[in-house]
Amino acid sequence: MIKCQKINKMYTRGNTGLQVLNDVSFEIKKGEFVAITGPSGSGKSTLMHILGALDRPTSGTYLLNDKNMLELSDNELAEIRSQKIGFVFQSFNLLSRSTVLRNVMVPLLYDNNTPKEERRNKAEKALIASGLDEDRWQHLSNELSGGQMQRVAIARALVNDPDLILADEPTGNLDSKTGEVVLNTFKKLNREKGHTIILITHERYVAQHADRIIEIKDGEIVSDRSDGAVLSLKDK
Amino acid sequence: MIFSDLIQETYFSLSANKARSFLTILGIVIGIGSVIAMISVGQGAAKDIESNIQSLGSNLLVISPGNQKSFGSMTRSGAGSASTLVANDAEAIEQEVGYIENIASTVSSRLQVKTTKGTNTNTNVYGVDTVYLSIKSIQMQIGSFLNDAHVNNISKVAVLGPTARDDLFGEEADPTGQKIRINNLEFTVIGVTQSKGGTGFGNADDLIYVPITTAQRYLTGNESLSSINVQVVSEELMSDAQQQITNLLLLRHKISDSANADFTIVNQADVLDAISSVAMTMTLLLGSIAGISLLVGGIGIMNMMLTTVTERTREIGLRKSLGAKNNDIGAQFLAESVALTFVGGIFGVLLGWLIAFAITKFGGTNTSVTTISVLLACGVSALIGIIFGYYPARRAAKLNPIDALRYE
Repeated sequence: MIKCQKINKMYTRGNTGLQVLNDVSFEIKKGEFVAITGPSGSGKSTLMHILGALDRPTSGTYLLNDKNMLELSDNELAEIRSQKIGFVFQSFNLLSRSTVLRNVMVPLLYDNNTPKEERRNKAEKALIASGLDEDRWQHLSNELSGGQMQRVAIARALVNDPDLILADEPTGNLDSKTGEVVLNTFKKLNREKGHTIILITHERYVAQHADRIIEIKDGEIVSDRSDGAVLSLKDK
Repeated sequence: MIFSDLIQETYFSLSANKARSFLTILGIVIGIGSVIAMISVGQGAAKDIESNIQSLGSNLLVISPGNQKSFGSMTRSGAGSASTLVANDAEAIEQEVGYIENIASTVSSRLQVKTTKGTNTNTNVYGVDTVYLSIKSIQMQIGSFLNDAHVNNISKVAVLGPTARDDLFGEEADPTGQKIRINNLEFTVIGVTQSKGGTGFGNADDLIYVPITTAQRYLTGNESLSSINVQVVSEELMSDAQQQITNLLLLRHKISDSANADFTIVNQADVLDAISSVAMTMTLLLGSIAGISLLVGGIGIMNMMLTTVTERTREIGLRKSLGAKNNDIGAQFLAESVALTFVGGIFGVLLGWLIAFAITKFGGTNTSVTTISVLLACGVSALIGIIFGYYPARRAAKLNPIDALRYE
């Protein structure tokens, strides 16, 4: 489903160029649960932005469902984000002062093929899948606990039934117990519903929840294995 | 993003920050309100003046003695002013000039008038004949106007204007049959005219009519006239008639150079034009002063929208990551500013209307809120929303989603 070949990303600031990603190549198949991990500054966030169609590589090819993302315009990228990708962020990024249901329905505003009547239905399904109790659905998002907020964010990522869910440090703002619950939710979504999930994290413990771990250091892949071993990271 | 979603999102964002939205709207409300109110004052004044002059007759030429080069230096033809017009002039005009429908001479003088009860007033006493009634389209409120018998018999009868009646006998009183003393001569009141609603300039309410013959014999004591009112058949023929009268009078008064003419002809249409243009200038002036507050309101909108864009940078990044296109974001912010000005515009019109109403009620000045000024104000407020919202909206739309998401 995802095919990255020799992805390079350079940032230039003034005269100095900074090579953030250096010939990164890998493939991810449909239904995989992959963790991309590495210390901060390794380039994993940049990789996530590219995978999430928020940014373009400087060179290389990124095929998502055999579509070359390099050739797409801003609006086409927005469409890809709207239909194929669901994001879960470290800091939840919910609209405050809005109800849970409204938050979950935001992505449906921007895909022009969900009729209004169906939106609530879809949102409720996504909330059930993310495991948020029904008595919270009418609450305002800022009345929820961190774990509950992240469930809302997961439901929001699920609502468009995307091919790919990208989670950027989803447990970073949660205590370990709640983090565990959230990670298990991802696992469940992967096992039971077959969602493809990419988890970006710098914690070995978190990465080990995935079936496959891709490690990045200084913009290059240093290991890509499915046995749960993580080379470069220390336990916290 | 479909339109109904856009409206809903706009509502949610604006109501999320009620106090700020309210204050921004208030700026527009005051701007639009003052524009409407100011223009209504200007247009009300214009309408007043127009109807005043129209009620005097717009196809009227007024010939008065004395030479005035321009309208602005009009002198009152009271005692002491030139006495170069005489009854024969009026007769000659009637016989020799074409297109004349009616002609009425007047003699006027400002005099002290007393009642037997001791109340008194200083007012204009007009010596007129019967034709005057139709030329000036005077309506009677009580009693009757002067008739030919009064004029021929040099009767001492008087018709009061409503203001003169109020001053002498009290409001709504019926003074017919009562006596008044003008120049210590006793006159019998036979009627009261209906109000023409004028104030100040050429007040047609504060006066007293007496037969012209009576006025000439007892009040001024000579044959000269204060004015000759000529009603022309139609407005198009006014300048023709004016030219003929000028030529005739120059000939009769043996004046070769029209610059030295000892009479002046005032064309009501010219007066109307002159005053209308003054009123127009006044409307523009008032409107543009109020327009400044509208501009300030618009800048307030822009200020708020820029603050909002900065504050909601993360939200913009989030929405983009969830699939919003640049245009979706731009449209959302533009919709918010237009919504602010639109709501402000509606309440501004209401406020302007209220102010205009209050000015009419308590200020005694007529105002007139026209459809055009309302439409103009609404259009301008929507335009302000677009103009002052465009830049912030563009700024929001162009934000890079990654930078926006990272923004703290």
